[in-house]
Amino acid sequence: MNILIQNLGLLINATLIATPPLLFAALGSCFSERCGVVNIGIEGMMTVGAVVGAITALNTHNGIIAFLVGGLAGAVFGLIHAIVCITYHADQTIAGTAINFIGPGLAVFACKILYNSSDTPAIDSSYKLPKMFNGMFSAGSFGSNVLNVYSMAYLVFIVAAICWFVFYKTRFGAHLRACGEHPEACESLGINVYLVRYICVILSGFLAGLGGAFVTLATVSQFRPTVIVGQGFIAIAAVIFGKFSPEGALKGCLIFGVCNGIKALASQGNVVSPNLISMIPYVVTIIALILFVGRANAPAANGKPYIKSR
Amino acid sequence: MNKKRGILHSNVLYTIIAILIGFIIGAIFLAVANISPVEAYSKLLSSVVSKPKYWFWTLTYASPIILTGLSVAFSFRTGVFNIGAEGQFVVGSLAATIIGILVDVPAVIHIPLCILAAALAGCCWSLICGIMKVKKGIHEVLSFIMFNWIAYYLSNFAVNTQTLHKVGSGEATKDLLPSARLLFPKSVLTLTGCSAANAGIIIAIVLAVVVWVIIEKTTLGYKLKAVGFNKHAAQYGGIDSNKSILTALGISGALAGLGGAVQTMGMGGRLAQFASQEGYGFEGITVALIGGSNPIGVIFSGIFYGAMKYGGSKLTLINAPSEIINIIMGCVVIFIAIAHVFKELFLNISKKKEAK
Repeated sequence: MNILIQNLGLLINATLIATPPLLFAALGSCFSERCGVVNIGIEGMMTVGAVVGAITALNTHNGIIAFLVGGLAGAVFGLIHAIVCITYHADQTIAGTAINFIGPGLAVFACKILYNSSDTPAIDSSYKLPKMFNGMFSAGSFGSNVLNVYSMAYLVFIVAAICWFVFYKTRFGAHLRACGEHPEACESLGINVYLVRYICVILSGFLAGLGGAFVTLATVSQFRPTVIVGQGFIAIAAVIFGKFSPEGALKGCLIFGVCNGIKALASQGNVVSPNLISMIPYVVTIIALILFVGRANAPAANGKPYIKSR
Repeated sequence: MNKKRGILHSNVLYTIIAILIGFIIGAIFLAVANISPVEAYSKLLSSVVSKPKYWFWTLTYASPIILTGLSVAFSFRTGVFNIGAEGQFVVGSLAATIIGILVDVPAVIHIPLCILAAALAGCCWSLICGIMKVKKGIHEVLSFIMFNWIAYYLSNFAVNTQTLHKVGSGEATKDLLPSARLLFPKSVLTLTGCSAANAGIIIAIVLAVVVWVIIEKTTLGYKLKAVGFNKHAAQYGGIDSNKSILTALGISGALAGLGGAVQTMGMGGRLAQFASQEGYGFEGITVALIGGSNPIGVIFSGIFYGAMKYGGSKLTLINAPSEIINIIMGCVVIFIAIAHVFKELFLNISKKKEAK
């Protein structure tokens, strides 16, 4: 029984480590996709958030400021994506691909210039994000595993709830969903489609940046070129999985998070090849898609540049 | 006047402008980082063109990316987005490695066998996602991303199995048998000075031409493009759109798989465990975009990318981070994406001049 509880604790702990970066980025992706702008550049924006977060923490010695600055760095790339896609009507997939090259390129470039290495130095644990209930539980106990995690890991679920509220209970949410379905109709009703889309895409960059900063400021405690690799794409996958809604994205990210927890537990025994265990999240997603989710209904105007009629 | 108008309408002009702007932005980043852009760019240029040896290295780097570029370009032209070229590349290289190590036959049979296996593996990997799209309506971007990672771990798993793993070599497979390699004969290698010069580039160029013919000159290509352009209209016109989507994805996957074959049978010679995704598929997206999704254009953009990759790897010699290449390439892609803005601008200017 004790072992069972302890394993459950480990599972929850691993889930709480793996889910937040994905969920931050996935919520960002929801905003962008639902307002009608495909943002495949989430990956690049996360990487930028990760590196800027790490560099800021090393210089300001303040984890929370670093976290927010990481988000802002992501937002800058969100702004670039917005200008290119909304004002200049560029193909959104192409622009996103470009950001996925520039972001990680710039991140490693900056590290090499600043630290003469592709990694940043390790971030001292006191400059990292704060932990809740630090020291209240003995190390390795159930309480420590579940409650003594980085506070942002719980914050992300509150952010998800806020996103849900914004999406379905506010005027702005209604506008943003409408902009993704039928921008011409929105414009005729006096909604400023460009403004709504700008806000959403910048917000998506901000949230992706936070997700990236969480990785360097909590999970890994330094920037390495491989810290993000793929997580942005997984976040996009979670959003498609969740049919482009915040609550669906939460579900998608949790599946990934829990699978990561199972992965951590399963690799303890060293019986099965770790490479096969690592496939679990991806295979489970595919199976879940085939059995339960099926057709993804993307917003009607997603990916189509909207050109204001004069 | 007409000739000038023709130039202003040509996409090549705007691609060149985008490349120039990319280099200018790259220069700004270099200058900010206190590295002389002139020094860095001349190093980049000289390490690509100054010796015939470097030309061959460039072509060696270019061959696999031309093939993944073709794969993505083909998918763009037929209305699907093959973000899964990465995974198809990986299973392709894995298939070529397995056949290349375990089957011992003369080169005449061995080489086609490996290439066929790789194409088949890439094709099947892509088709699984295609079938899920057609039958279950599962978004191909989602399944491709999952399959990229499954391929990644599958390959790492295979590298470490007893049959393939080379004892004491760290984390790589045994070497491919010489009969499965695409390397040019020894005399050519010493003559060119490039130890990995191989026939991959010939395969890539031949396939680019074949793909061009399929897209532009055959009914199959016409059907696939029609479905990509407007699925419902094509269906109304009597084309089975599901079958077309599967065909397009199958061909696209096979091309990416061939890229994997060319990489391992050419330069690589064996398969190493990945530390992170290799990026050939994602580079293919960039190559396809710079090449205007035109198979012949992809040859040139692939060689351009190969040159940047090879030249970029030499930048460390003057203490400049080679990642500047990614920044430049990303900027080039952004400015290609907004090329129509420049086009309108230039056409307006030329119209005004004419009016005067």
